[in-house]
Amino acid sequence: MKMKLNKKLLFLFTTIFLSVASHAQDMNALVMKVKAKLEKVKDYTADGRMKTDVAFIKAPIGRVKVYFKSPDKFKLQRDGGISVLPKGGVSINIGSMIMQTGFVAIDAGMSTVGNTPVRIVKLLPEADAGEIILSTLYIDETNLLIRKSVTTTRENGTYEMELQYGKYASYGLPDKVLFSFNAKDYKLPKGITLEFDDTDKAVKDKMKGKKGRVEINYTAYTINTGLSDAIFK
Amino acid sequence: MWEHLQIELYKVFKRPRTYLSFAAITALIGVIQLGLLVDGKEYADFVMADFANSFSVDGKILNGYFICYVILQLLLVHVPLLIALIAADMISGEANMGTLRILLTKPQSRTSIVMAKFIASVIYTLLLLIWIAIMGLFLSMLIFGTDDLFLMKSSYVVIVKESDVFWRYAGAFCFAALAMVTVAALGFFLSFFAENSIGPIVATMSVIIVCTILSTMNIPLFNLIKPYLFTTHMITWKEFFDFKVNDANEAIIGSIQYPDKIIRSATVLAVHIVLFVGSAVLLFRKKDILS
Repeated sequence: MKMKLNKKLLFLFTTIFLSVASHAQDMNALVMKVKAKLEKVKDYTADGRMKTDVAFIKAPIGRVKVYFKSPDKFKLQRDGGISVLPKGGVSINIGSMIMQTGFVAIDAGMSTVGNTPVRIVKLLPEADAGEIILSTLYIDETNLLIRKSVTTTRENGTYEMELQYGKYASYGLPDKVLFSFNAKDYKLPKGITLEFDDTDKAVKDKMKGKKGRVEINYTAYTINTGLSDAIFK
Repeated sequence: MWEHLQIELYKVFKRPRTYLSFAAITALIGVIQLGLLVDGKEYADFVMADFANSFSVDGKILNGYFICYVILQLLLVHVPLLIALIAADMISGEANMGTLRILLTKPQSRTSIVMAKFIASVIYTLLLLIWIAIMGLFLSMLIFGTDDLFLMKSSYVVIVKESDVFWRYAGAFCFAALAMVTVAALGFFLSFFAENSIGPIVATMSVIIVCTILSTMNIPLFNLIKPYLFTTHMITWKEFFDFKVNDANEAIIGSIQYPDKIIRSATVLAVHIVLFVGSAVLLFRKKDILS
């Protein structure tokens, strides 16, 4: 009787394990398909307009130029002027959202981004030492596009990217990227700034505890032109 | 009065101490520019230490516009001393030399004489500011180039677009001129109470130091009088470098965050000028001149 029960339990666990393993393989396959689509782009240069929306930063909208070279070279350069970007976040781009090697993909169910149904896939790195410790991708399975990603890093907190696609969707390149992050409160002693009067409480409150956002609207991509490595130095 | 103003200007610009102020400004600005040219990155890193923990800033922060802002921030606290050197000597200097009585033998009203002296000290003050603008703004633009202006305030950071900066400096210098004329008016007023130059010069600086300390300290008792102290309003030139944002936190180019603050401060300073100069005229008209 006891032997029969053990056999049943063993069968049950084996079934569950095989089912999870095959599902993980499905997710791996899905991620690899998305990756393969992105790998069609060896390099690109893109022009765009960047808006920094952090409660305690008043910055004008500026023009930016973005350079990417496969597998993970990325550079965002303001076309003149001064740009402020969250530390570490600059390097998180569509190329680095999917870890290059050594990850486990786990299915986390279905959801929607905007009106598009998406598959939530969690990517866990196999190695311990990497900067990214967890990456959650919201994948549009029909078009093989990443609609949203949430990346948790070891040093620089958690970043969220929402991507909207247009005429470059066939390359997996977004027209608009909305990059969100948790902004720490900012304060500088008045002795340094030589300010005598207090900032209004309403203004102070407005500048606290909000999520920071960087919005980049890409206007034009130049794809696979053979960018030189020197650009990224 | 025009003739008398010419005489007063001749007297002001004949004195070596007048040029001492211009030399001091040149040296001070030169030292700041040299320091920032050699070790500017260290300075920027120090000021931005906390901010740089969370954000990376890309671009030419140490540009001419930023250097001029640093210069104005450091210098406009000390320029009153240089202004007091001349303004506080306008009447007391004449009294000290015993030429005041001779001056009054001229067929001109006392009001006209006082106003000519005050206008001469205002012209000196404005020329000093123009010199600061040439050295601090234009020379810095030449040495360091131009770019967006990156400013760190106590509660937030402001990045002013390069094309939106110059007119703000024009406004800031005009406002600084008003603030410095207030100092000149104070020195001029105090020069009526002494028969030597040192007393009014030291008194002017003492008043400015005490009022600045009161303006700086955040104590409820002092907060009551702060709005009436001219020193509180002397730094309002900085308001030109803050702009409005819309609901989407997008910068409104060409706007000023608190224009009402600038108007209020300008009014307070103008009232101080009228009070100091008006009192000086009244005092001089009734004063028994013995020296």
